[in-house]
Amino acid sequence: MRIGVVTFPGSLDDIDAQRAVRIAGGEPVALWHGDHDLRGVDAVVLPGGFSYGDYLRCGAIARFAPVMTEVVAAAKGGLPVLGICNGFQILCESHLLPGALIRNDHRKFGCLDQVVRIENAETAWTTTYDAGQEITIVLKNGEGSFVADEHTLDLLEGEGRIVARYVGGNPNGSQRAIAGVTNEAGNVVGLMPHPEHAVEDLCGPGTDGLGFFSSALAALQRS
Amino acid sequence: MARVVVDVMPKPEILDPQGKAVQGALPRLGFQGVSEVRQGKRFELELEGDATEARLAQVHEMAATLLSNPVIEDYDVRVLSTEEDPSLG
Repeated sequence: MRIGVVTFPGSLDDIDAQRAVRIAGGEPVALWHGDHDLRGVDAVVLPGGFSYGDYLRCGAIARFAPVMTEVVAAAKGGLPVLGICNGFQILCESHLLPGALIRNDHRKFGCLDQVVRIENAETAWTTTYDAGQEITIVLKNGEGSFVADEHTLDLLEGEGRIVARYVGGNPNGSQRAIAGVTNEAGNVVGLMPHPEHAVEDLCGPGTDGLGFFSSALAALQRS
Repeated sequence: MARVVVDVMPKPEILDPQGKAVQGALPRLGFQGVSEVRQGKRFELELEGDATEARLAQVHEMAATLLSNPVIEDYDVRVLSTEEDPSLG
């Protein structure tokens, strides 16, 4: 199973995401922001970082990168796509996911081990977890505060599209403590914390993050 | 040649941490009586030719797709008059 990881100018976590894919048992494939080419991958990860220097708004320029034309079209066709941190911001700017991510309410960059509760264990990226399971992964962001209008928030709650929620205090002011959301079909997931930094015992807070990658691989094996 | 200004502001219901930081700094500098600060962005676009209706429609499209994120921001488009910008005269 081949999972593509896009590198934009300013991506930071693309190599870690590739490593997480490999540790989960998949084959990582490097994708380049400037190519109109997904190289036939079975799923795509948009990694964290500061694509295009976060100029204008986080993810606003990356959204128009050539590779994103392909990602958006493929995602609408059902391709599993996971956006982590900056990748989540890009998915919101692309309108593949609702809402937006603004500066943390406390205005500081946060970097910590964060407990999140998996609320929806049926997306392409969360099936190896149990609904309600609490996991510890890494949170590191300056603009991770999830916002949407009340109607959208109610819709997300009603349709079970909140994938993960912060536990033990809200680290960035996200509305309803939202750490991640999914699209209607459940193939596109945006996540502010970083599962790819929690895939090995040697570094990071454990291996709780591995499930996102093994879920995608399991979903691909079933299809 | 025409100069068009696009002002982008966070929607009123969206928290503006940057504006709050600026507001917090003002009293420390001795400036009193400012009850709120909202921070936005101003884009100045220099158009080739006149600001025709068709060109302005394009500017609105730019503002809605790239310059602002309609989920969290409002934008406003206006053409700078020659009084505001003598270099255009």
